[in-house]
Amino acid sequence: MKPAAFTYARPADWPEALALLGGGARAQAGGQSLGPMMNLRLAQPGAVADLRHLPGFAGVTVTGATCRIGAGTTHAAIEDGAVPGLLGRILAGVARRIAYRAVRNRGTIGGSFSHADPAADWVAVLPVFMGEAIAFGPAGERRIPLDGFLRGLFETALAPDELLRAIELPLLPAGTRWGHWKFCRKPGEFSKATACVLAVPGAPVRAVLAALDTPPLVIADAGALLLAAPEAEAARIVAGLGPLEPWRAALARTALQRAGLAAREDA
Amino acid sequence: MTSPQGVRAQGVGASLLRKEDARFLHGRGRYVADITLPGMLEVAFLRSPVAHARLLGMTKPEGAAERVFTFADLDGVGHIRAVSGLPGFRISEQPVLATDKLRHVGEAIAACVAPSRACAEDLVAACVLDYEELPVVSDMLSAGLPGTALVHEHWSQNAFLETTRQDDLSELDAIAAAKVTRRLRTSRQCMAPLEGRGVLVEWDPRLEQLIVTTSTQMPHVSRTGLAEILGLDEGQVRVIAPDVGGGFGYKGILLPEEVVCAHLAIRLGRPVRWIEDRLEHLTANANCREHHYIVTAWADAGGRLLGAEVDATVDAGAYSSYPFGACLEAAQIGSIFPGPYTLPKFSFRTVSACTNKPPILPYRGVARTGVCYALETTMDALARKLGISATAIRLANLVPPEAMPYRNLVGKVFDSGDYPEALRRAMASVDLAGIRARQAAGECVGFGLAVFCEQGAHGTSVYAGWGVPIVPGFEQATARFSPDGVLEIRTGVHSHGQGMETTLAQVAHEVLGVETARVRVVHGDTALTPYSTGTWGSRGAVMAGGAVAEACRLLGERALAIGAALLQAEPGAVELSGGAIRRRDGGAAVTLAEIARTWYRQPQNLARDVDKGGLEVIAGYRPDPDTGTHSYACHAVTLRVDRDTGEVAIEDYLVVEDGGTLLNPMIVDGQVLGGVAQGIGTALYEEMPFDAAGQPLAGSLADYLLPGATEVPDIRLDHMETPSPWTRFGQKGIGESGAIGPPAAIVNAINDALHRFGAEVLDLPATPARVLAALEAAR
Ligand SMILES: Cc1cc2nc3c(=O)[nH]c(=O)nc-3n(C[C@H](O)[C@H](O)[C@H](O)COP(=O)(O)OP(=O)(O)OC[C@H]3O[C@@H](n4cnc5c(N)ncnc54)[C@H](O)[C@@H]3O)c2cc1C
Repeated sequence: MKPAAFTYARPADWPEALALLGGGARAQAGGQSLGPMMNLRLAQPGAVADLRHLPGFAGVTVTGATCRIGAGTTHAAIEDGAVPGLLGRILAGVARRIAYRAVRNRGTIGGSFSHADPAADWVAVLPVFMGEAIAFGPAGERRIPLDGFLRGLFETALAPDELLRAIELPLLPAGTRWGHWKFCRKPGEFSKATACVLAVPGAPVRAVLAALDTPPLVIADAGALLLAAPEAEAARIVAGLGPLEPWRAALARTALQRAGLAAREDA
Repeated sequence: MTSPQGVRAQGVGASLLRKEDARFLHGRGRYVADITLPGMLEVAFLRSPVAHARLLGMTKPEGAAERVFTFADLDGVGHIRAVSGLPGFRISEQPVLATDKLRHVGEAIAACVAPSRACAEDLVAACVLDYEELPVVSDMLSAGLPGTALVHEHWSQNAFLETTRQDDLSELDAIAAAKVTRRLRTSRQCMAPLEGRGVLVEWDPRLEQLIVTTSTQMPHVSRTGLAEILGLDEGQVRVIAPDVGGGFGYKGILLPEEVVCAHLAIRLGRPVRWIEDRLEHLTANANCREHHYIVTAWADAGGRLLGAEVDATVDAGAYSSYPFGACLEAAQIGSIFPGPYTLPKFSFRTVSACTNKPPILPYRGVARTGVCYALETTMDALARKLGISATAIRLANLVPPEAMPYRNLVGKVFDSGDYPEALRRAMASVDLAGIRARQAAGECVGFGLAVFCEQGAHGTSVYAGWGVPIVPGFEQATARFSPDGVLEIRTGVHSHGQGMETTLAQVAHEVLGVETARVRVVHGDTALTPYSTGTWGSRGAVMAGGAVAEACRLLGERALAIGAALLQAEPGAVELSGGAIRRRDGGAAVTLAEIARTWYRQPQNLARDVDKGGLEVIAGYRPDPDTGTHSYACHAVTLRVDRDTGEVAIEDYLVVEDGGTLLNPMIVDGQVLGGVAQGIGTALYEEMPFDAAGQPLAGSLADYLLPGATEVPDIRLDHMETPSPWTRFGQKGIGESGAIGPPAAIVNAINDALHRFGAEVLDLPATPARVLAALEAAR
């Protein structure tokens, strides 16, 4: 379990990073997914571009009603409150349950989203927000709606010559309700079913169902999950997913119901 | 057992803090992977990607002829042959590198050497294999069917061994009040010690000796095996086991990789090292357990067992491993199945199936964990059918204390104990009425029990009958004073978590009164310690403990004679107490340290007729009878089942355990707690699935789930201490016990919770998927 030989570069600015990428280098953020893949030789890039020293790679800024989270912001920073307000409380709750602290200290929100593992936590949560991914390529910045970013298993809307630079999320008004539930049996195990429900006052209730070995399913009008008896709605959504093993389908239904219940009870 | 001062400060029974922890807690432990030598080469193995194939050839990377080695390159190296004397045993020849056939995924084909492991792996990646796939034998139950491909082509059938016993059970259907049949399965597991295997071999041209530093729990057995396979004198092999990060049985096996590294070290004239990585550990080597049972049991209306019939199959994998062999699990099922009960009639058939999977190796509990699972879930099924409690059916069948020592129908002899009392004590500290009330209120909670006994430290008379390469005899220990009065104990067992550097020092203190801080326990080096089969079978405390006590007793006699002379007293007028030889009349005393100083450095003061053997003694010990001690325990579990997710949450875990006299109760607690944690893994988490092509499906610890700190609840422990009448201090082997009971107790509790919904879990581990499937099937 040692990686094949590779060269390592530490670009100092974004154009240099893009140039390395153009030359065939693989981007590395926290290395928490890339590292294991390279050790198992499932990935054998000839060159690695370590993004962690790029200006603005990590960090959170708020402009007006928009929060911009640098792609290199670690799960740990988000857990520790890097994002302000209600949005920050929600994201911290998600971050806290990713793996364990040692992984969170290095793993990044952008790395996780770019990696697009269907069972990953940010993959299961970010599409619920009406936000955008900021891609950076040879032609400059490009905005991709979060619910259109994930294109398949381990597949995103990023072009091969693009990097993910930031995630932009709208700040959440008071009265927003949130429910999130994931099934994993021990910390560090990838989820077997995740659901989240976001009810922003005055907007349609949104939900995501994920971690079912398929790309996340975004439910644009999920109001029925907030009802006292969400079972029928949960069953309907899961039935629409296509064939699932019965136990997995049961978990998926439970995920939706419990996320819905949590949102309903979120004061 | 109290010291002269009347306190159990350091001797037998004291919860002394572990001497070895200073180095472990400060990160000063030294494991194989911590050791490097100048000029050392690292090895990576090219391993089989398929489960069954004819190996047609392997093309070495260009220019790497002298860095890549196949079996053809290993002159004079034999195959690993672990035979059994049991009639009908089929012998497998395990090549240390595959020859003409590949028999399981991960089987080593070639050794690639390079200055670093990464470069060695580059060589592996550049090797080109040529093979022709064969039909795969991946299912132990159909492995023996006619027409199935043969794993070993000269065999008539894919089975190492079949054993049977036939009692007349034909009457039972007519007279029994209840009869149940269950089909049960335990998963294939990996032992997963924190440290995997690893070996570093160096050839010393001066001594003409191989120095093999390896992560083993039985250095002397490794030495014998290595010497035989390499064609060397045993004197040419020195095995050193440094700190070993957990063994659990996996470190009791001679691995092909060790043989290959040893050969390469001689051939290349440079130190050679292989450190197993977790992928190799999980997918190529560390496989264990995997039983299938069809159990039928009959009972009368009071719950008394009338008889049982067991058809058991163990997936033993492709080869018989050295030294315990391929039948360690299956062949024991017949003799263990009656459990702690007075079973009157019993028939069984056991099969050690041969499949295209890695060899099955011993793991803490060995066959007992599966057997306890099969027996105890069957007991609960009977109780449910009879409408009596799980407690009642066990009390009706447990061997009563007045029957001890008790010989059961298959000839196992239980030494001592009050088995029913362990159960009663457990029930007294569980709120069963509260659990029943919660169930009545609709909560999906359950309560489960497992009662079992564990044979440990069984010796010559037991193993001689098996005809395996390892038969334990008299356990030996050396006790000697150094000139400064430090007592050195040399033992051939190895301590890798058992705390024996502490407990054996306590035994020495008990006998000689030397402060444990001045007792040095030396182990893990064939050049420094007397021969021993090592640490396995819950034998350390009984066997090494007994041997150390005997060596110290004899050393004390030598010291007493010298001391008496120095005190100008008759030997009968002095006694050994508190680390000194004292005149019985309360007069002068001379410390053991002074006696040591006299022997080594002031011999002019010794009497003319002094025993010339001096202050160094080797002594042997074996309990009589040597059929083993039986510790026993009752595990009692309360848990909740989430019917929507199939998740199990343990609310309370209680162990009532009787290990006889406890040498160090704190260390025994640690042994039991660690064992229970592993048993929880067996019960709920651990599983190495294979697909029909024989591919292992859990390649990392993300897929092979081990219970961690967040999955193991606080465990309540309660000890009984019934001494064994046969051992030096009354101690019993207890090292594996904790890992035996959990699957049975936990699944019994799950089924207690589920049976009101008509559901029952039969297969381990009881994952959410299995629990949900059981509930689904009951809908
Ligand atoms: C033991 C363990 C347990 C884990 N458990 C969980 C868990 O429970 N839940 C969970 O969600 N995750 C888990 N993870 C994964 C972890 O969250 C990773 O941090 C995450 O998947 C990847 O983030 P990273 O920053 O480490 O990315 P890297 O590993 O550095 O990169 C991952 C991939 O994304 C690409 N990439 C990275 N950054 C960018 C960018 N800015 N633009 C374009 N491409 C980029 C890389 O080229 C690579 O292909 C676990 C990891 C480990 C090691």
